[in-house]
Amino acid sequence: MRHLLSTKDLTRDNAIAILDVAEDMAGVADREVKKLPALRGKTVVNLFFEDSTRTRVSFEVAAKRLSADVINFSAKGSSVSKGESLKDTAQTLAAMGADVVVIRHAASGAPKVLADSGWIDAGIVNAGDGTHEHPTQALLDAFTIRRRLYGPDSRGRGLDGTTVTIVGDILHSRVARSNIWLLTTLGASLRLVAPATLLPVNTSGWPVTVGYDLDAAVDAGPDVVMMLRIQAERMNASFFPSAREYSRQWGLDDERVARLPAGSIVMHPGPMNRGLEISAGAADSAQSTVLEQVANGVSIRMAVLFHLLSGSDA
Amino acid sequence: MSIRITGATLPDGTSTDLFIENGVFVDKDTSTGSTTVDADGLIALPGLVDLHTHLREPGFEQSETVLTGSRAAAMGGFTAVFAMANTLPVQDTAGVVEQVQALGARHGYVTVRPIGAVTAGLAGERLSEIGAMAQSRAKVRVFSDDGHCVSDALLMRRALEYVTTFGGVVAQHAQEPRLTLGAQMNEGALSSELGLAGWPAVAEESIIARDVLLAQHVGARLHVCHVSTAGSVDVIRWAKARGIAVTAEATPHHLLLTEELARGYDSRFKVNPPLRRDEDVLALRAALADGTIDIVATDHAPHPVEAKDCAWDEAANGMVGLESALSVVHTAVVASGELGWSDVARVLSGKPAEIGLLSGYDTPFRVGSPANVTLYDPSATRTFAVSDLRGKGLNSPYLGRELPGRVIATLHDGYATVLDGELVDGDTVARAAHHG
Amino acid sequence: MTARSVLQQADIARALTRISHEILESNRGLSSVDGEADLVLLGIPTRGVLLARRLGAILDGIQPGAVAVGALDVTMYRDDLSKNPTRASSPTEIPPGGIDGKTVILVDDVLYSGRTIRAALDALNDFGRPRAVRLAVLIDRGHRELPIRADFVGKNLPSSAEERINVRLSEIDDSEEVTIG
Repeated sequence: MRHLLSTKDLTRDNAIAILDVAEDMAGVADREVKKLPALRGKTVVNLFFEDSTRTRVSFEVAAKRLSADVINFSAKGSSVSKGESLKDTAQTLAAMGADVVVIRHAASGAPKVLADSGWIDAGIVNAGDGTHEHPTQALLDAFTIRRRLYGPDSRGRGLDGTTVTIVGDILHSRVARSNIWLLTTLGASLRLVAPATLLPVNTSGWPVTVGYDLDAAVDAGPDVVMMLRIQAERMNASFFPSAREYSRQWGLDDERVARLPAGSIVMHPGPMNRGLEISAGAADSAQSTVLEQVANGVSIRMAVLFHLLSGSDA
Repeated sequence: MSIRITGATLPDGTSTDLFIENGVFVDKDTSTGSTTVDADGLIALPGLVDLHTHLREPGFEQSETVLTGSRAAAMGGFTAVFAMANTLPVQDTAGVVEQVQALGARHGYVTVRPIGAVTAGLAGERLSEIGAMAQSRAKVRVFSDDGHCVSDALLMRRALEYVTTFGGVVAQHAQEPRLTLGAQMNEGALSSELGLAGWPAVAEESIIARDVLLAQHVGARLHVCHVSTAGSVDVIRWAKARGIAVTAEATPHHLLLTEELARGYDSRFKVNPPLRRDEDVLALRAALADGTIDIVATDHAPHPVEAKDCAWDEAANGMVGLESALSVVHTAVVASGELGWSDVARVLSGKPAEIGLLSGYDTPFRVGSPANVTLYDPSATRTFAVSDLRGKGLNSPYLGRELPGRVIATLHDGYATVLDGELVDGDTVARAAHHG
Repeated sequence: MTARSVLQQADIARALTRISHEILESNRGLSSVDGEADLVLLGIPTRGVLLARRLGAILDGIQPGAVAVGALDVTMYRDDLSKNPTRASSPTEIPPGGIDGKTVILVDDVLYSGRTIRAALDALNDFGRPRAVRLAVLIDRGHRELPIRADFVGKNLPSSAEERINVRLSEIDDSEEVTIG
């Protein structure tokens, strides 16, 4: 694996291999020495054109646990925000000898442009690009689901037959896109639920069923309900009339959680708007995996960095 | 100065020798020592006319100048270009349009006809000095805010009416601005997948529908720039059937390329209006063949390298098109048999000149007519490369693509601007232009 | 090139029994302290883990409770990660009593360059401080690149670098033998 740009590029075997390595990486967090020497001497650059402390820190911890050197090149207050182009930044990083660039960018496709450009020879990890994809988030979501479903017997397994319902701002969600491709590749079946304004105008090529009614989706008893963050600016752009109305129609409240099957999982990529798309009760329920998702993020990112930086094809 | 062209094939398929003296066609070779061009196997087209070019001067000389854009045009077989108004300062006063016209005349590669802005500063708020531009030495007849839509319906109505006073035409960039906020590519299944903000077809079609009705209501002439969707074709076909005075253009790229090219986020393929679906391309070709779409215009839009060396969202819209236009039309609609060479002469020369009220193109090759000729070798093929470009912009979507044909010679008002497939040098061209 | 069988099922069983006795011999007086095994066998994935389990079973039969068995994955400690195709990692299982103060016996199927064992020693370091570390292998094929030797060897098998040695164990393979070729 040279780059991780989109979960669409992952085969089932690739994806399971990453999840399996992540299982082993997860064990490192429980050891006294929380560090592996695998990437000693390698340089990982976190290139964040958009603020995201959570994702950046997660990658940073992952890289450090693998003994890589980490450089944080964040956009805020640096030359990047003063109009230095992606190209100039990439060439600078290339000159510094970066082996992997983890990039977060507001423009969809920016990681692919970087990977195809020839400006830099490093492996590229997409840490979220515009409204396109967020592959490591989807991998950690798949990892979290698999662990909840299969526990210690997770290794080697896909998510065959698992039913997943994704609720919320699908239109602007890179998390949703990456999950749709990955979870489908792993054998899950997906349903999207949102107001029509927050669904893409054409999802005919997507391996999903689409609906508007959250209550019907809850009563269908999915194995997983994944709530997406709603941003306040969507309301001002007339995607829906008010937070109250959104919450009533598409929020996962205590009553809806109670109607879910006992073994079902409630997920959220964070940060949550408690009381808007998810109630505090739902977020803190035993079914919620919100905190596991954060912890699993480090294991997944370790596995991804390991896959990019080991192997003769890298 | 006299030129003899031997054995050329005219658009109608007949073969002939052409004689040129003092800038016009003559019936036989009377002078001695004339230049002879062997046109055996070459098609002689009337000099091509582009109703939609961005020359960028004044103001954006890092992208293109009147000279470099004229050279690109000549290389592509053009003898006249209409220069869009989005310069800096904007071509919204007599002074600026006269300057652009004069620069074109000084260099002499092509006739440069400035297009005047419809609204002052392209701001879409009040009319520019349309009358002053029309009556200036530049004699502006085409008015456009291209790059921006005249979206205010009342302002558009006024523009259509007022321009009529001077026999002009408004060329509308049909793009409903609110429906295309932040738009990056054609809205559909692919934009959903790529996470790029969509530019819906309806944003073009709704403006065209409104404008043809306005044109009908006030009895004015309307020209629609760069039509890109099958739905737009339907609206224009309907309007023409109703007898509305509307003309329309399609760009070479919308006749050949589709939105699939956005998949790699290569910003060379980012253009406004965006590349559309296969079915749109097919509808545009059919419309060009049946006359619903009147002309092909390049929307030649040069940009400096840095404007394209970036993420898709951040990249400028536009492609250069002058050097490749004829080859692209050849591969898109001639090779398929939808258009013959006489149709090409119509859509790339006669009709655009007629819409733009440019004289000298109504009776090509006839004795006494200005000698604007393009000699084209239809049997050549080439892998289009940066070395085929003559303007400053390298943002061609065709680089690395196999294209048929090659312009061998271009004659502008009786003197050569391109010979043996290469530009004639600037001093020679300028001297010929001013001597004639 | 066809592979030649050098150890059959019975040979492998005999070799493991012998190694078990040698281990007992060299750890005389070994016992469980407060119910915790004094001796820890750590297999190196994949086949080293299977061999460690077999040795553990034999030793348990002779002296119940004397040994604990686990697995030590060394993938992340290898020095050739970027030169070879990406390796899948395997679980590491350290027995509940840990390795501090214990005698650890690393178990692998084939000892070759010694780099795997070097990686295993590094990995071990991150889990604790054993009193002593020994090495048991089924096959020693020579060609060492590091100053490492095995304490317990099933069979010394001189080989050329071009030859491939294949250990097949019935737990995961469809036969039980060692081949060279």
